[in-house]
Amino acid sequence: MRRRRGRETPSLRNAGGNGRPRPPARCGADGNAYNVAPDAPACLRSHPRTEAPDPMTATPNPPPLLDARGLRFTRNDDPVFGPLDLHVDAGEALLVQGGNGAGKTTLLRVLAGLLRADEGTIRIDGRPAGAGERSRYIAYLGHLPALKQDLGTLENLHVLCGLQGRRLRQMPGNALAIVGLAGYEDTLVRQLSAGQKKRLSLARLWLSPAPVWLLDEPYANLDLDGINLVNRMISAHLRSGGATLVTTHGAYAAPPVRNRTLTLGTAAEATA
Amino acid sequence: MSLPGPQPTLFDAAKALLARDLKLLWRRRGDAAQPILFALLVVALFALALGGNPQLLQRVAAAVLWLAVLLAGLLSLDTLFRGDAEDGSLEQWLLSPVPLPWLVAVRVFSHWLTTAFPLVLVSPLLAELMQLPHPQLPVLVASLALGTPLLSLLGAVVAALTVGMRRSGILLALLVLPLYVPVLVFGAGAVAASAQGFDASGGLLLLAAGLVVSLLLAPLTAAAAIRIANS
Repeated sequence: MRRRRGRETPSLRNAGGNGRPRPPARCGADGNAYNVAPDAPACLRSHPRTEAPDPMTATPNPPPLLDARGLRFTRNDDPVFGPLDLHVDAGEALLVQGGNGAGKTTLLRVLAGLLRADEGTIRIDGRPAGAGERSRYIAYLGHLPALKQDLGTLENLHVLCGLQGRRLRQMPGNALAIVGLAGYEDTLVRQLSAGQKKRLSLARLWLSPAPVWLLDEPYANLDLDGINLVNRMISAHLRSGGATLVTTHGAYAAPPVRNRTLTLGTAAEATA
Repeated sequence: MSLPGPQPTLFDAAKALLARDLKLLWRRRGDAAQPILFALLVVALFALALGGNPQLLQRVAAAVLWLAVLLAGLLSLDTLFRGDAEDGSLEQWLLSPVPLPWLVAVRVFSHWLTTAFPLVLVSPLLAELMQLPHPQLPVLVASLALGTPLLSLLGAVVAALTVGMRRSGILLALLVLPLYVPVLVFGAGAVAASAQGFDASGGLLLLAAGLVVSLLLAPLTAAAAIRIANS
């Protein structure tokens, strides 16, 4: 992606990492660095339609779990990203990379349904899905924790489960133990460190019944142990048939799963 | 293909939100008494300023009591969505499979229950301070019981509109007070009518009708405003 950007025409601004006019190529065929999942194909595909069927699924050509076509978003007539095509299959992680201000968070907020795209369609499981429909399939971990300072960790999880639903056979108490907060059940959130709050948000995510995870900077504020925790959670989620989009500043902590990379460039980079 | 797991029901979400707000209220018991103390002070100041003349106090009692309750509600209105917007809870409401107007309605109810309902409960005490004649007391309590939820619902629309602003302050009051005028007119008017020996049911029925309409429309409008504020 970075090599290709050098050939972009200066008039095209920030076309999601590739500056071609529509229809753009499928994103991110080149992020092959962390491909260690045993069931993953040896090379990642540039054209999913011609790929061999995933051995893990029974149907020959399953539609991608999340599929966005021609997605474009402008803020006050300023293009933020797009038009952009992306798709994530079940059992796959898409790493969204780019510098500050490249539109990574905006892309995730559009996909989650918090922002409305100017153009483009988003499909879930092959069916067009509006924001209301997507909310059942998407769990979003953003910069704001959605935690109440004056409630305990377990109380916060119960509230959030009431809003988002709860995965079968998962209880808030277990989720706290999984993210390393066992023994903090009754601690008020205001007494937790930033990293511990992040872990509590991860516990909320773990309890979500949604198959698609949109993670905005999940590694922020976490220690090495916490980064491993995020990667283990993503691996387990993908093994159970989920999919993940992860934004990172760089490739410093990618989950060891079948993944591809989508690089968003800033407008300044694209015109440079 | 992985399908979403069990989805939250309307009842689950309402129970979780109500339990959350009641627990938060209990953790900050001191804050909970503030609207009552404020209304009490306003009434006391009026009584002092009017010079302890019982006839004069009786004549303005309904208006003063209604204004005290209305202003106390106005002061707590900004907290309706502000805290949830700042810590990202509103974002999770928007992303929840549960319809946003339902969550807004539940939040308005819990806010009314924790800020306005205590005022309705202590209104007989406030009425005593203003020397309100006892036959008018049931009308006053009924008008407050019907009028304060209406104030909360109307206020929710404006609070949702201003939730995207860093500090809404006086703008919120400027936007919401004109909307409160009919509620005040019919609420205080019902008590005044009964003081003059007329039937008070007309004003009360109009308040009830307004409450029904705003119960249906205000959560929808406030939810739409929150969506705008969040994008």
